[in-house]
This record gives sequence, C-alpha cells and structure tokens, in this order.
Amino acid sequence: MVVVGAGVVGAAIARELARHPLRIAVLDAAEDVGEGSSKANTAILHTGFDAVPGTLEARLVREGHRLLTAYAAETGIPVEPVGALLVAWDGTQLAALPALAAKAEANGHRTTRLIDADELYTREPHLGPGALGALEVPGESLICPWTTVLAYAVQAVRAGVDLHLNCRLEGVTEDVSGTGTVHELLSSRGRLRTRYLVNAAGLYTDEVDRLLGYRDFTVTPRRGQLLVFDAFARSLVRHILLPVPTALGKGVLVAPTVHGKVLLGPTAEDLDPSEKTATGSTQEGTARLREQGARILPELVAEEVTAVYAGLRAATGQEDYRITAHPGRRCVTVGGIRSTGLTASLAIARHVAGLLADTGLDLDPGAVRPLPPVRMPNLGEAFPRPYADARLIAADPAYGTVVCHCERVTLGEIRDALASELPPVSPGGLLRRTRALAGRCQGFACGAAVRALLEGAAR
Amino acid sequence: MDVLVVGAGPAGLAAAAGLASAGAGAVEVLERESAPGGALRYLRSPGPGLPLGGPGYARWLTTAALRAGAVLRTGVSATGWADLPDTGAGPGPGAVETTGPGGLERITARAVVLATGARERPRSARLVPGTRPAGVLTTGELLRSVELFGQRVGERAVVVGGGPVARRAVLALRRSGTEVAAVVAEEAVGGWRRSAGGLGGPVPLLRGARVTGLAGRGRLSGVAVAGPDGRTAVLGCDTVVFTGDWVPDQVLARYGGVVLDPGTGGPAVDAGFRTSAPGVFAVGNTLHAVERAPSAAAEGRAVAGPVLDFLRGGGPWPAGPVPVRVAGPLRWAVPNLLVPGAAAPDAVRLRALRPLPRPVVVEVRQDGRLLARHRLRSPLGPDRSASLPGGWVDRVDPAGGPVRIAVR
Ligand SMILES: Cc1cc2nc3c(=O)[nH]c(=O)nc-3n(C[C@H](O)[C@H](O)[C@H](O)COP(=O)(O)OP(=O)(O)OC[C@H]3O[C@@H](n4cnc5c(N)ncnc54)[C@H](O)[C@@H]3O)c2cc1C
Ligand SMILES: Cc1cc2nc3c(=O)[nH]c(=O)nc-3n(C[C@H](O)[C@H](O)[C@H](O)COP(=O)(O)OP(=O)(O)OC[C@H]3O[C@@H](n4cnc5c(N)ncnc54)[C@H](O)[C@@H]3O)c2cc1C
Repeated sequence: MVVVGAGVVGAAIARELARHPLRIAVLDAAEDVGEGSSKANTAILHTGFDAVPGTLEARLVREGHRLLTAYAAETGIPVEPVGALLVAWDGTQLAALPALAAKAEANGHRTTRLIDADELYTREPHLGPGALGALEVPGESLICPWTTVLAYAVQAVRAGVDLHLNCRLEGVTEDVSGTGTVHELLSSRGRLRTRYLVNAAGLYTDEVDRLLGYRDFTVTPRRGQLLVFDAFARSLVRHILLPVPTALGKGVLVAPTVHGKVLLGPTAEDLDPSEKTATGSTQEGTARLREQGARILPELVAEEVTAVYAGLRAATGQEDYRITAHPGRRCVTVGGIRSTGLTASLAIARHVAGLLADTGLDLDPGAVRPLPPVRMPNLGEAFPRPYADARLIAADPAYGTVVCHCERVTLGEIRDALASELPPVSPGGLLRRTRALAGRCQGFACGAAVRALLEGAAR
Repeated sequence: MDVLVVGAGPAGLAAAAGLASAGAGAVEVLERESAPGGALRYLRSPGPGLPLGGPGYARWLTTAALRAGAVLRTGVSATGWADLPDTGAGPGPGAVETTGPGGLERITARAVVLATGARERPRSARLVPGTRPAGVLTTGELLRSVELFGQRVGERAVVVGGGPVARRAVLALRRSGTEVAAVVAEEAVGGWRRSAGGLGGPVPLLRGARVTGLAGRGRLSGVAVAGPDGRTAVLGCDTVVFTGDWVPDQVLARYGGVVLDPGTGGPAVDAGFRTSAPGVFAVGNTLHAVERAPSAAAEGRAVAGPVLDFLRGGGPWPAGPVPVRVAGPLRWAVPNLLVPGAAAPDAVRLRALRPLPRPVVVEVRQDGRLLARHRLRSPLGPDRSASLPGGWVDRVDPAGGPVRIAVR
C-alpha cells in the first residue's frame, strides 16, 4: 500500500489505514510532512454550513468537523470554538443572510442566527463602522494546522507506516505477470512495488494521475495570500469574521489564530495550471488585504505584521472534491481537495479506506488494531504552555529557559522537537513544531541560537 | 525589592549601577539572555560611539553595577504583570511576572525601570513581497550569528539599508566569508566611499534603489531591486540582510498598559523618565529607536535621581502631563511628556524620517501659540538626532493642549 503525498490528506489516509495489518509507505517529494497547501491555509475547522448541499464535500466536511474535534481533544491539537459571524456591510449582503441561513439548515446546521447591528457591535466592539448585521454560525473553530498534520504523521509512523521524505514519484509502470497488477513506482529515491496506490498529491494529483494514465481533471491553483498580525491584535476580535459571498464576489476574513495572533485574508487569484509553486506574496495582494482589513477592523492594520504567506487551493473546475476509485487498477485519486481539506481530512481518510475496500483491499474489521496514542506539544495560547508551567519547569529547568522570546518557546520544547520521531530539518519545520521564530522579531533575537540548535541536531 | 530593572543592556546596567550606588536599596536587574550587555555583546568591532567595541564596554558596565551592589540575574525573562494598580493593589507598579530555569516568580518592587532596548523590523513587517525562503536576516540576527555563534550565514548577500548599521552588516558578512553583492539604500546616504577601507574594500552601493521582492524556494535565490529610474533587476544571492528600521521593544510596557508615544512607539516619558504608570520608569532604546550605546547608558545613569525621589516619597506621580507631538518630516521627540512644575528637560531630542538639509529651523507651538523658534545646530535624519534646548518649557500652559514641534 503506497500513499503519495504527506499533506494533511495523505497523512490522514495513512493513519486511517495503519489500523489494519498492511505494509504502508507514504512518499512525499518535500523534506517534511505538510509542506504543501497544508501549512498555508486559514486554519479554520469549518462546520460546512456554506457547502453546496448534497455534495461529497458537504458530507465529508460535516463529518470531518466532528471527527477532528474529537481527535484534537484526544491528541492535544489546539482548537478554539469561537464561532463565526458573517458580517454584512451593505444592503445586498444583509439581504443574502437569510438564504445563507437556509443553506446552513440544508447542510444540517440549525443553530445559525441572524443578529442585528447593536448585538454585532456589542460582541465585536472593534469592528469598523457601517456593519448592518450578521449571521452567527456557532461551531466554526480555530485549529492549529501544523499540529494536525504532525499528529497524523507521528501516529502513522508509530503504528509502523514507512514515511519516505524527499521522495518524488516520477513514474508508474504496471507488472501484470503475477496475480493481478502490481504498480512499479519509480521515485527520486528508487523503486517501490505496491498493489494499492492512493494519489493524495494535492496540487499535483493531476500529474500523478497522468503517470497512471488518467486525465480526468486539471488542477488550477487558486492563490490565497494572508497576513498575520502580532499578538497585540488578538484582543481586537473575538469571532471568526467571515465575508458574505455575493454575486460580486467574496471578501476576506479576519480570524484569530490558536497561536494568539490575527489572520487577514485570503485573496483568491486564479493562476495558470503550471504555477503550482507560485506561493509568493505580491505587493498588490497585501495592499488590497490591508485596505479590506482596515474597513473590517480599523485598529488591526496599525499592528505589526509577523508573517505574509500564500497558499494554493487545488481547484479543478468543479464545486466538489474529486475522489475517484479505479477498481481495476487498485488505486484511488483524492483530488480537488480545495479549501476545506484540513477540516475534512479524517472523513476523507475514512471515505478513501472504504473505496479501497471496494477495490479489493482486505480491511477485515476483525483485524483492526488500536492506533498507538499520541499527545502533541501544545502550541495554543488558550492552553497551558511550558514557559508558564511551574510544575514542568521544576521537573526540567529546560522548560524555563526561553529561547524564542516573542513566542516564548523554551529550550525544552525545541529539544523535544529535535529528538522526536519526526524531527524538523529546517527552521520552518521547527517553527511548525514549536512556534520558534514565528514572532514579531522574526529571529532578530533568537535566530542565531535556533540555527545553532538545529545545526547541532543535524550533526 | 526596592528597584527592579528589566534588561541588562547599557541602559539597564547603568541604571542599576547608579541606583545601587546612590543608596536606592535592593536593586535587581533581570536579563533574559544568558549574559549581560544587550546589543553590546555582539558589537565586537569598534564603531561610532563604541571606540573599543561593545563587549569590553559591556563588561565595564556589568562590573560597575555589581560593584555598586546591584544583583544581576541572567536567563530570566519578564513575561508580564500581575496585580496591576487598577486591579486594586494600591500605589506603585504591579508585580512583574518572570520565567526562568528556576521557575516562575512574581517580583514586587517599589519601582520598575524598563530597559528592554530596541530591534530592527524584519522582512515580514516591511511587507516585502515574494516567497519565504531561508536566508533572510536582520543585522541583529547576522551579528549574533557571526559574533556569538561563529556561523557563516551564506555565500553571497545583499544588504538592505544605508545607515550606520548597514556598515556593520557589510563588515560582519565580509569577515565571516560572505560576499557582499550589493548594498541597496533607498535613502542617499554619505560616507560609504570614505569608510570603504574599514569595510575591507569598496562597497557596491545601489543608491535610491529599493527591494521589491524575494525569490527562491527553500533557500533564497535572489532579490528583485527597483532602481531610481524604475527599472528592476534581480540580484542573485542566498542571503539578504534587512538593516535599520528600528522599533522599541515595548512588549512589557504594553502588557502593563503603559501609554506609548505615537512618534517613538515606545513608552511616553517625561524629563524624569516617568511613564504613565506610577512607579514605572523607562530608559534607553525602548524609548527611542535607536540611539548610540553611550547615550543609552547616560539615560540609565540619569534615571537614578528621579527613581530615588520617588522612593523617598517625593510627591505624587505626575497626572495629566502635556504631551509633545511632532509633525512630519520629524519622526519623534524625547522626552515626549512635559510635567508643569517638575524639572524641565534641558533639551528635547528630535529625529526625522529622512535626512533634512541644513539649516533646519523648528517651531514649538501650543494651541497655535508660538513658544519657540530654533535653528538646530546639528544635522537631523533617520539615524541622527538633534537637540532642541528646553528653554521654552516654562511657557507651556499646563491646562493647554499638546505641544507641537514642526519644521518650518
Ligand atoms: C489559502 C487557503 C486557505 C485554506 N483555508 C482552509 C481552512 O480554513 N480550513 C480547511 O479545512 N481547509 C483550508 N484550506 C484547504 C486545505 O489547506 C487543503 O485542502 C489541504 O491542505 C489539502 O491537503 P492535501 O494533503 O491534499 O495537499 P498538500 O498539503 O498540498 O499535500 C500534497 C503533498 O503531496 C506531495 N506531492 C506532490 N506531488 C508529489 C509526487 N509526485 N511525489 C511525492 N509527493 C508529491 C507534496 O509535496 C505535498 O506535500 C485552505 C487552503 C488554502 C490554499
Ligand atoms: C546591530 C546593531 C548595531 C549597533 N551599532 C552601534 C554602534 O556602532 N555604536 C553604538 O553606539 N551603538 C550601536 N548600536 C546601538 C546600541 O547597541 C544601543 O544603543 C544600546 O545597546 C541600547 O542599549 P539598551 O540598554 O537600551 O538596549 P539593549 O542593548 O538592546 O538591551 C536591552 C536588553 O534587555 C533585555 N530584555 C528585553 N526584554 C526583556 C524582558 N522581557 N525580560 C528580560 N530581559 C529583557 C534584552 O535581552 C537586552 O539584553 C547598535 C545596535 C545594534 C542592534
């Protein structure tokens, strides 16, 4: 069994299959897990209230929300159920709210509620002037996207899954000599044979499909640029402030993060199918975001920006996922996981396991083993962190030695990350495991010390 | 505890020495790094204001503080405040919360001196577009890497900015074996040719140019630069150092609800370094990014008098001081609070957003009324401040609006 792609989707699938007595390998072209779209999104655990009713995406997002909420509690992935407000800034948007409430209802969400301007400003006192009302969507939550991928991957590895990083799938041939076809995979790190194959290559699902001879769809990246504002902005906003989609387009959101900052974005820019690595930010993009942000939350744009990033959504010209089983070839393509894949990941994994069983994979419920437990280091501001934990520091003073002062990341946490079964190999990898370097000074104070620790671990 | 000083840079160390020797009682300095000295630790080579380099100066300041009887604790971060006065704890500052290998503490002192320094704004805050590769630094990170960790940061670097700190970046890069591809300086700044010898050879200076984007996946591969004529080019490099663009490190002040000055971005203070929070003083570069080290140390020494007065019950904490505001092209003024009746500042230091051609004449007004007109003696710019003598302060109306300083 081979899964191509160790993003949030591929890692979730590997973890799900690891319950069964199978030999599983996961390949990823990148040097770390979650280096694709999974590290650069808006970090919201969606309810799916606004999905197109009846689609696979609508079902898997709804199910995924429930599954991931429970999984997060079990493994220590930070989640904050702050709820969302769809803020209407003009008459057209206000008029669109009841239809959105009805759509939510069609998706099984009966707790949405229209609120008037007075209530809105009471609940969001820093909101810019001119808002007319809002639709409240309870259940929309903040989540740490980095910890989520890592939790899946660590759990899969502990359950015996082989993770091959820096390993790009470059060719597939079929060996039909024995009993049923076997895929011969040619990767940048050698050959691999497998009877079952899952294509969870994110933006590259179309290209991996081509290696298998399928041309069902083309992935057109849709870029989303985002700005992250420093922790002092966190007190300005209590909910996820969503735009109201209208015929004229969709605005941007303002949302707190579990890391105690505030996100503004994303843009929606359709790129060329060849631009699958175009994750740079642009001057126009950030300028436009700041303009929009200044209207939603005027005080926000006065705060310092700690990060500007862009992620690419895997659009395929269809308002739904494209998850397809090819029974004869014993493979499943998990494509078009557009802007909800983080939320839906666990449900996608279950769905894919089901499809694999349909293609003949033996997933005997009687042989299922419990997955080894994982408990992830907490990166969330709403939960106790080591620098503020007297008992932890008394037991090990390394948790009282702050290395990254902006984010208050301790030597103990960095040491643990470097010694973990899935250690970081880059400053970015360490950031996603600990938050080191993610703050306002971006390494002015601790960059050299962090690099020394990383280089020490590499030796 | 009588006085808690946060930050053991030149300002904090000098404050501790001055306070302990003046008999302020128990004086303690907290430093989050493993050694005292602040920025001096990694300013190894001599420079303006530091004829013998930073580390020796840091040792001298540390010894002076310890000899005077101050206690220095390194590896301890001040993380916030507990029992702030408005939560009913009475007069004086709240307790400072700390984290260190020895555990968590709440330190209550009769007075707190904030001396937390300043930092450079990084690429993200400057909103420089492009990818997010490794190899993107500030001078502070570069100097620490080279001087404290013996690291070589890359093969070929572009330095952004033309101020004095950019020279330090060039020197550190060259000394650690990194080629300097270019110095991209938006402001036309002088002196580069003169200092070429000291920098180990001529510097490829791109005057009037600015960085418009970064490229590279994983590692930086190049920097896009727009020249004064609007034409752009990509300079191949694996490292870029963003220099200057200083901001005060005011995190602790902000957590404590201390009022910040809109010009400096640091705590607003009067001539006695008193902030808006009773018992909380601030000195050094947390007040004004950024002055030279000896001037930070001088402020540290100067805060001893006002702190002693406060500890001895010398009158109530100033209420309703008159703020000092500047208009562009001025960037900030320090002190930026005037307390009628209290000792007037000898001078107000001014900084500008860009180099201003001499002569610079400034006017001081309150509610439209002219208080002073003065021709500044020294040049004024983003890296140099000029002094405005404070003879006019007596004429400030305590009940009036803000005092406004503008270039005529
Ligand atoms: C701007 C933006 C905002 C978003 N906001 C949210 C949100 O708030 N909530 C939410 O739930 N979702 C959100 N999403 C969607 C979510 O991020 C994605 O759906 C999800 O990350 C997709 O995961 P993936 O594993 O399919 O893809 P990826 O994370 O891209 O992983 C694919 C992996 O496959 C690897 N790969 C590709 N080709 C090969 C090959 N040939 N050989 C080996 N490996 C290969 C890549 O290296 C990569 O690691 C957002 C997305 C974007 C872009
Ligand atoms: C790259 C660079 C080049 C420079 N070049 C020169 C030069 O050539 N000549 C010159 O005269 N000056 C130079 N300076 C400026 C000089 O270093 C400063 O003027 C001086 O160090 C300021 O002193 P300070 O005490 O205000 O702050 P700093 O020296 O910055 O010290 C502040 C200290 O406070 C500590 N601190 C901060 N927050 C906390 C907290 N919450 N808890 C505990 N401790 C805390 C910090 O760790 C630091 O040690 C340079 C500065 C830099 C960064």
